[in-house]
Amino acid sequence: MSRLCELTMHEARARIEQGGCDPRELLRDVLDQIERLNPLLHAYIAVDRRRLEAALDARLRQGPRGRLFGIPVTVKDNLCVQDEETACGSRILAGFRPPYHATAIDRLLQEGAVIIPRANMDEFAFGSSTETSYFGPTKNPWDPARVPGGSSGGSATAVAADLALGALGTDTGGSIRQPASFCGVVGLKPTYGRVSRYGLIAFASSLDQIGPITKDVTDCALLLSVIAGHDPKDSTSAPVDVPDYVGRLSAPIRGFRIGVPNLPKEGLDEQVGRAIEEATQVFQRLGCSTVPVDLPHIGSSIATYYVVAVAEASSNLARYDGVQYGYRATEPGYPRGFVWRSQTCGGGRRECREPGGERPPTHTLSLLDMYERTRDEGFGAEAKRRIILGTYVLSRGYYDAYYLQGMKVRTLIKRDFDEAFQRCDAVVLPTSPTPAFRLGEKLDDPLQMYLSDIYTISANLAGVPAISIPCGSSREGLPIGMQLVAAPFGEEALLRAAFAYEQATEWHHQTPAIKGSDPVGQSHGS
Amino acid sequence: MVYEPVIGLEVHVQLATHSKLFCGCPTKFGGLPNAQTCPVCLGLPGALPVLNQQAFEWGIKTALAFDCQVAEVMKFDRKQYFYPDLPKNFQISQYDRPLAKAGHLDIAANGTTKRIGITRVHMEEDAGKLLHDPKEPASYVDFNRTGVPLLEIVSEPDLRSPDEAYQYLVELKAVLEYLDVSTCNMEEGSLRCDANISLRPAGASEFGSKVEIKNLNSFKYVRAALTFEMGRQARALDAQQRVAQETRLWDLKSEATESMRSKEGASDYRYFPEPDLVPFVIGRTVVESITRALPELPAQRSRRFADAYGLSAYDAHVLTEHRRLADLFEQAVASYRRPKPVANWLMGDLRAYGNARGKEPEEVQVEPAWLVHLLEAIDQGTISGKMAKDLFVDMLDQQQDPRQLIEQRGLKQIVDDGALDRLADEVLAAHQQSVEDYRKGKMNALMFLVGKCMERSKGKANPTQVTEILKRKLS
Amino acid sequence: MSVVTKQDVQHVARLARIRLEDAELATFVPQLDEILGYVRQLQSVSTEGVEPTSHVLPLANVTRPDANQPCLDPERALRLAPARHNQFVKVPKVIE
Repeated sequence: MSRLCELTMHEARARIEQGGCDPRELLRDVLDQIERLNPLLHAYIAVDRRRLEAALDARLRQGPRGRLFGIPVTVKDNLCVQDEETACGSRILAGFRPPYHATAIDRLLQEGAVIIPRANMDEFAFGSSTETSYFGPTKNPWDPARVPGGSSGGSATAVAADLALGALGTDTGGSIRQPASFCGVVGLKPTYGRVSRYGLIAFASSLDQIGPITKDVTDCALLLSVIAGHDPKDSTSAPVDVPDYVGRLSAPIRGFRIGVPNLPKEGLDEQVGRAIEEATQVFQRLGCSTVPVDLPHIGSSIATYYVVAVAEASSNLARYDGVQYGYRATEPGYPRGFVWRSQTCGGGRRECREPGGERPPTHTLSLLDMYERTRDEGFGAEAKRRIILGTYVLSRGYYDAYYLQGMKVRTLIKRDFDEAFQRCDAVVLPTSPTPAFRLGEKLDDPLQMYLSDIYTISANLAGVPAISIPCGSSREGLPIGMQLVAAPFGEEALLRAAFAYEQATEWHHQTPAIKGSDPVGQSHGS
Repeated sequence: MVYEPVIGLEVHVQLATHSKLFCGCPTKFGGLPNAQTCPVCLGLPGALPVLNQQAFEWGIKTALAFDCQVAEVMKFDRKQYFYPDLPKNFQISQYDRPLAKAGHLDIAANGTTKRIGITRVHMEEDAGKLLHDPKEPASYVDFNRTGVPLLEIVSEPDLRSPDEAYQYLVELKAVLEYLDVSTCNMEEGSLRCDANISLRPAGASEFGSKVEIKNLNSFKYVRAALTFEMGRQARALDAQQRVAQETRLWDLKSEATESMRSKEGASDYRYFPEPDLVPFVIGRTVVESITRALPELPAQRSRRFADAYGLSAYDAHVLTEHRRLADLFEQAVASYRRPKPVANWLMGDLRAYGNARGKEPEEVQVEPAWLVHLLEAIDQGTISGKMAKDLFVDMLDQQQDPRQLIEQRGLKQIVDDGALDRLADEVLAAHQQSVEDYRKGKMNALMFLVGKCMERSKGKANPTQVTEILKRKLS
Repeated sequence: MSVVTKQDVQHVARLARIRLEDAELATFVPQLDEILGYVRQLQSVSTEGVEPTSHVLPLANVTRPDANQPCLDPERALRLAPARHNQFVKVPKVIE
């Protein structure tokens, strides 16, 4: 292995512990890689090299030497990092610096991790391609003409291209798993309640979970074991003990029952279908049995999701109104938005919107105009679509037909999984019906974009854990991901099965060519 | 035409917890603006609510005191509307599964008791405070009060007059004071009331259109606003006009209600279950243990006062309407065995003292021992009834034991016969004309002479004794 | 038949305090109509006697003790505000 940034987290940890690697050198190498590749890939919205190096120096002088000591980990732009800009990929929060840490961030810091903030994302996690970010799209490291998936596209790209050793993403309908599969890395959405949501800027509160995106299954277990566990600040956090995920990884899976569901095949790329069949055979060779399972309501999952998720989102996003923080529309005649200021973005100088300087008077608009213009100018098209949809399904006369009915179908979807897990230990299915699609391909067709979440959404609705791991490669050389889903708090089973599969195959060793190549001369649209 | 008002009240009670409903910020009144906030009550992105256990228990306790049916499972919902004092632009409240339903409160009305239904009791968070700039088109927000725990108590439209509404509020407040769950301080906003009123022809069974009145900062305003609104609506109905269903504000200066221009005409609160809070199961054992721990409530205490102290039902009721007054009574009669004069002083002079100073009787600071000492001094003839009345006022003004005041001022009555004899002689010698008048049959002359004796003794002479002595000397 | 009309979308946008320019409205109406048309399939799922799920975990009665925690430094909170006046957050006049 030639470069430090190519290490997995567990490899780096071993080296640092044995004194074979200086965390400063590791960070420097990761930052070099960011400077080289981020202008093309735009995995990060902004990176401030000097600030990060100074922060690491401070930690090295004093600070916890935990399980992630000196390891650079990136976090999605919707996880509050105290005093660091956290904008959820949105103009409406541009310049917002939370006065507190998310619990997951606190736990990373407690273990000594070096946090690189601001992995790019779809605005408010609304999307499956990371194209709706106010700060511009992220590109797929395997083919920069394609999307990295979303909404945690920045996190997945950063991990795949060695711009971080590991990452946190968030998953409301597949936002960790789908980009992990598009970028050829491992992504896990934990059981609802497994990881505290405190400090996660909410999209849909009853579906959101924070989870790891990593280079391999061992890192995934390591990162999950750090962030999992009860948090008294989150009423929906489960008081359930955290197993030793790393220690249990290599426990044998012989005798595991792998559930194979009869899925809707519409839109399923045959290469993806074949890769999943082959992966199922690998499990059989590892001594697992396969059992057919029925998930009769999975066909209704997208419709259910787009009722429940948008309803909650419309409510969660009501607070962005220009009163207390973030963007406020100014009176006509002034430039829309904040005063422009130049800062370091992703390795190169580029202009970012930052609050600062003299603010124009804001009180000459009426209150209603201020609200409506702030939200019109502050939100992108997809955010507005979802807010309007969510408001519609909750409004008088429609609640029962849409929202209430959605919550009832949700019960049926959850029951499907409960019954399936009576018969098997994990269900195998594709993560996404296709490999990474092209930038712009689905941007103007929101329903098509929504439909690409068909295999991931039901795990969020049922609250069950699911992992995506690399399991194949398309003709174009794009990664294909396999998804395993387990019963609530079945993360250990998922990780063991995924680990056994990873040991038995070579897919996780495939890396995008761009990592080693010189990106200069490659075209990029910025 | 003769109309009958149909009135229902919505009362918001601030629970006197240390911390807010969903976060650890203090609830203290009067802090520096925006100094009692945190990410949770400011609704900062990512912050999450966790319910205050004490507020939850006090909610149940209050509901049980009104004989409500406490829910087996309650949940919270989001009530959504945009307003700058509402940080999340939704209020965490309760919609279809509130804490409790179907209770009642018995109030005194027309010499009997009347049962007023309580529709529901639910918990919710308070909003912030808005100040309006008089010069600039701007408003200023203070978020200290956002998230303060409130209990909303909604009555059935069972009230039939402004006086009944007033009485309902007085008795509701009494129950809350007895429960010790709220300071019930209206000036600080810890007790607030909105009123709904409609008019219908006397004897009709259908309701008229309902008007909601807000900005009622005292029970007296509630009564005044309802009285005003009855007149306004009656005039409209008499003139064959429709009464608009709307929200009106009580204006203190004009002593009238004013339309809020139907600003909430198109309100659609889009309630849905709060996903950040889990449901709350209220088991039978919890309800039973809280019920067992309920303190004696005003109605029970009133019955006990009537039985144990031989007070009239009316006296017992008035005394127990204010917890501190009732406590004062009981503490006083523990060492002074005649309940009736104690009750009279508390209901008469103490009330009058408070009224004259714009205070409720229970707000007047007084030690039970002072009252006892005062009564004993009267009984022993140390002071006259008239002196006692003045002394009572001084005692409260100066916050001093009347025994000390009597000592300090040498206020003891002159009861010594020799001294009074000399006083009478002096007065008679100085007022020969009056002596003659008396002997001619002018009874007023005697009163004049008694007055002169009192004057000369600086009020310390016992007037009864002086009268006797004068009569003897003049006969 | 369309599920939503332009008027519906305008009404809901007003509830959500979002001003939509005409051009945006013109693209949104057919998009929202298509999405809601798709979502309407839910109404054909039989849910008789099915309880709605708003929480997937069987958690209940999560509370915290009634104790004070440190507040945010008011300067820190007010610094976030787009406009302030002394110790207050400033907004356009609220007409009562």
